[in-house]
Amino acid sequence: MSVVAALSYLIASVLFMSGLKMLSSPKTARKGNISAAIGMLIAIVVTLTDQRILDYTFVLIGLLLGSAVGVWFALRVKMTAMPQLVGVLNGFGGGASALVAFAEYIRMSGDASLTVWSGEARLDVLITLVLSILIGTVTIVGSMIASAKLHGVMRSAPILYPLQKQTNAALLFTALVLGVLFVLDPSLWYVLIIIAGLAVILGVTSVIPIGGADMPVVISLMNSYSGLAGAMTGFVLSNNVLIISGTLVGTSGIILTNIMCKAMNRSLANVLFAGVGAEYDPSVQAVEQRTVIRYTPEDAATILESAQSVIIVPGYGLAVAQAQHVLQELVNVLTAKGMLVRYGIHPVAGRMPGHMNVLLAEANAPYDILMEMDQINDDFQTTDVALVIGANDVVNPAARSKKDSPLYGMPILNVDHARTVMVCKRSLNPGFAGEDNELFYNEKTMMVFGDAKETVTKLIQLMKS
Amino acid sequence: MTEGLMISIYVFVLAAFVGVEVISKVPPLLHTPLMSGSNAISGITLVGSLIAAGEGHGGLSVILGFIAVVLATVNVVGGFLVTDRMLKMFRREPQNKNQRA
Repeated sequence: MSVVAALSYLIASVLFMSGLKMLSSPKTARKGNISAAIGMLIAIVVTLTDQRILDYTFVLIGLLLGSAVGVWFALRVKMTAMPQLVGVLNGFGGGASALVAFAEYIRMSGDASLTVWSGEARLDVLITLVLSILIGTVTIVGSMIASAKLHGVMRSAPILYPLQKQTNAALLFTALVLGVLFVLDPSLWYVLIIIAGLAVILGVTSVIPIGGADMPVVISLMNSYSGLAGAMTGFVLSNNVLIISGTLVGTSGIILTNIMCKAMNRSLANVLFAGVGAEYDPSVQAVEQRTVIRYTPEDAATILESAQSVIIVPGYGLAVAQAQHVLQELVNVLTAKGMLVRYGIHPVAGRMPGHMNVLLAEANAPYDILMEMDQINDDFQTTDVALVIGANDVVNPAARSKKDSPLYGMPILNVDHARTVMVCKRSLNPGFAGEDNELFYNEKTMMVFGDAKETVTKLIQLMKS
Repeated sequence: MTEGLMISIYVFVLAAFVGVEVISKVPPLLHTPLMSGSNAISGITLVGSLIAAGEGHGGLSVILGFIAVVLATVNVVGGFLVTDRMLKMFRREPQNKNQRA
């Protein structure tokens, strides 16, 4: 590598780091993203002028094709489908890392037909090569499964099978043993293929038992894997810009995974293996026939009319109903009447970290009123109306008191501390964790059944008249 | 252990520390753009893909390199663009709702 190339890669790395740093405030975030993109452009241009590229045919076709697909994805995706898209993109990155590692192996072998191993390879290169192929393949397959579940192409409920933990542990163990075998004798090219095959199976078996509402954890974890695979490929190619960026992304994914797990008071192992959300069976769960009082949007409007302060708690149901625009319209109407209106957003609301914020930003909600759980939780007791739209588990008081509940210990939004709670929901069905929600039977709760979009539209009409 | 590897390990460990410092300061408000943006950065593997696809030996490694270039480019271009699309939407001042039909 020439000095110019090495220094350019350093500049790219610095731009990546400062770009991520600028993401810490919504004011500078857009610049940060652009600065990271410029870093990427520098790295690509420098690589293209590298003497090692002898034939530009495939390089240019690949770049054009990939850019076209990338632009198409980015411009067409709906904000509600963002989790799926991020999943797919993660997978592509991981897959590319695995393929590069394999291509590098073929180059090292000194013979493209792989019949003779005449190459020489350092131990560390061989180890990271195996890891890159293993992690990269798990990432692409696991991400595709997660995206299929999120997109509804695949059943989003956990698919359980006997000896889950043992199966996954055995697959991983076998892959690692084969990895050692390969490192000891790098001429065994077919061992690499078997490792990749095991990684494909592992990608499937490790993600199918995880249910829809646990997807924020899976997407974060896959984000981390895609970074790690890149870092491993960096070791294979002795390329520091790959190591730096891969590691940055790896840590970012791990931090987010950790935040998501904490917000559910569950360990990563519990999320990955417990299959939460599977056992729900309506006939068993219906403990006693309890009645809730049904209110109409007219009743709700009457109460809202006299309120001074409102906190809106959105959940995944908001995304499903595509109700973010009408909801923000309602907020504008209420604000115009002089009320203090804010959103209270739980870290795991939606299907990926920050999902609700993006939806509401799309609907033109100013970010000053998008409050985090810790910022707003103490304000519920002085609030007139807590309006819950499409959220369930994140406001379930069972998390505080019911020791045998799967939700127990999870931090929740204290909507029941508000003077009146309005819940806009399709039915009384329990949330993802299968736990009946005590809140719905609370005497200060008004249940307004129906589609979120229709109900909110009705409320706007009533409030305007 | 070669000197090059030693330096790479240093780089790896230090980058992990920088990562933790920088990323923990990103507020939950921006977690989705953080994911898609960092995801685009992980498309840096494109650098390796380009070299693999352009070596000119022909054969399997070029084909693998070509597929890798396509995947990584989708990752990079799609990731940065969609992040920009999202970040454009985050505004401070209450907007008059003029974008709804």
